[in-house]
Amino acid sequence: MQEKKENNAQNKFARERYAALVKRMTPKSAFGQGCFRAFWVGGLICVLGQALADGAHAWLGLSSAASLTFASVALIFLTAFLTGIGVFDRIARYAGAGTLVPTTGFANAMVAPAMEFKPEGWIMGTGVRLFSIAGPVLVYGISASAAVGILYYFIRW
Amino acid sequence: MTRHRVGAHTIEFGNRPRIVSSAAVVGPKEGRGPLSALFDLALDDPLYGQSSYEQAECAIFQEACSRCLKKAKAEPEQVQAMLGGDLLNQIMAASLAARQLEIPFLGLYGACSTMAEALLLGAILADGGYADPVLCAAGSHYCTAERQYRFPLEYGNQRTPAAQWTVTGAGACLVSAEGPALARISLATVGQIKDMGIKDANNMGAAMAPAAADTLIHHFLDTGRKASDYDKIITGDLGRVGGSLLEELMEQAGFALPEEKHMDCGLCVFDPKEDVHAGGSGCGCSASVLSAMILPRLKSGEWKRVLFMATGALLSTTTSQQGESIPGVAHALVLEGGEGN
Amino acid sequence: MTVYLKAFFVGGLFCVVGEALILKTKLTPARILVSYVVAGVLLSAAGLYGPLVRFAGAGATVPLTGFGHALAQGAIAAVQETGLLGAFTGGVSASSGAIAAAVFFGLITALLFRAKPKDT
Repeated sequence: MQEKKENNAQNKFARERYAALVKRMTPKSAFGQGCFRAFWVGGLICVLGQALADGAHAWLGLSSAASLTFASVALIFLTAFLTGIGVFDRIARYAGAGTLVPTTGFANAMVAPAMEFKPEGWIMGTGVRLFSIAGPVLVYGISASAAVGILYYFIRW
Repeated sequence: MTRHRVGAHTIEFGNRPRIVSSAAVVGPKEGRGPLSALFDLALDDPLYGQSSYEQAECAIFQEACSRCLKKAKAEPEQVQAMLGGDLLNQIMAASLAARQLEIPFLGLYGACSTMAEALLLGAILADGGYADPVLCAAGSHYCTAERQYRFPLEYGNQRTPAAQWTVTGAGACLVSAEGPALARISLATVGQIKDMGIKDANNMGAAMAPAAADTLIHHFLDTGRKASDYDKIITGDLGRVGGSLLEELMEQAGFALPEEKHMDCGLCVFDPKEDVHAGGSGCGCSASVLSAMILPRLKSGEWKRVLFMATGALLSTTTSQQGESIPGVAHALVLEGGEGN
Repeated sequence: MTVYLKAFFVGGLFCVVGEALILKTKLTPARILVSYVVAGVLLSAAGLYGPLVRFAGAGATVPLTGFGHALAQGAIAAVQETGLLGAFTGGVSASSGAIAAAVFFGLITALLFRAKPKDT
């Protein structure tokens, strides 16, 4: 019993020491560069979104709320197209969170598995896997909004 | 009563079974790499004319096997056992290839260590006279490994610097007790599972390095040898991070592994200019480098004796999601070349 | 013109926070997406996100927090109109454009294109 305890302690010590060694010897992603790339690409996508919204407002006569929705839909369409022709993942490899955080990341997370799992069939492949990465976004987003709605019904802040 | 053992973990082959032929078939990126001219076939199309990447992986596996048999002038029906595996769930590429070849089949899973596991068991079968010749093969495919273990191909994801690139390719070796040899197998050290608590699936080298160090230390203890007894100590796919970790761990254990003695298949298979981060990985990595480069160098006499040690990260997406750490394993074989064949 | 500058900086800042989270905490992309949407819902319910949208426009609606904002505001508005039922109808209706677009374009893209390996 005592021996086992000692063994466990030794084991834990060895693991901690090894974790420290791994940390020291594993190269790190360039932090400043990553943030810079995410910033300018992400910012630019939002500017594009604003331009699309302004365009929809001016030429399609949409209300300002509807034109922002239009901008999201248009960005999703653009992402789907760029994903389809195999360009989006190259941009994302450069931009990281710059393409992940805008609505483009959500769209790519739906489109990429839909394409990838085509060989497994339209139902069990594309149909099921479409939500394999972005599904949790809907699950937790919708649940959180329902919780907020219920809370609002009772409290009305 | 065990008669063929040296020490606690090592097998000694009395008749030193021979690797009589080998073949490697790889994908386009590997074909552009520094070993380009050595492969039997480098594909232009990673789909290899098939309808899915799984089918392509199977076809590559089968092609490596067929070419290996052809080089030994052996027909599939003469082969008494086939040992092999890959990275797909239920090792489908190997099983589908075995279905085509109609050779008695024993499927193996050792992740990226599969080629060493297959050769080790194949050598036992051939040396003991249980099956002869034995076909040993392993393969992997970048596109099937990505979709199974990571993300869809078109998904926008950044790789970390420690991440490795799965080799598209397969290697096959025919093992026999007699015949002209590329190399002979004299010793084998069976590895035990080592897990130092690494959970980062993007740092497989770190997950496997302790297993590699453990097997290497046991090999040295069992045989009384040291690194200088080998022309090269060749690891499978530790990559840049895992490779330097292994050297560090060996240093700490008091069995120095000098950098010039150590070679990693994952670091020699790709052009360093390509975007592969810490190097190549996958069953096909050590299998194709062994078949295309290591065995011919042993035959030519450039190397007299090497230790071939393929490492595997026995990762499952299910247990990974459950928070389990990654168990590593490494099996080592002593390959003797040059004179004495 | 200032609206574009605001969109650029606010949107860019959301992305920098995401990148910092990825690099420093090893959060997977799926976790980042979920965190952003839920954070958007909570910030919106607390009344903090609405002013940001008025300030930065698409700079606040294009990041996934904006998706969360749409969900929360939809749910709250629908509760005001139809009572408790609105908690279940409001969120999805308000964000239906993005959801339907992603599903529809995902399917169409899968129909027209095939996943290609890069640099193999």
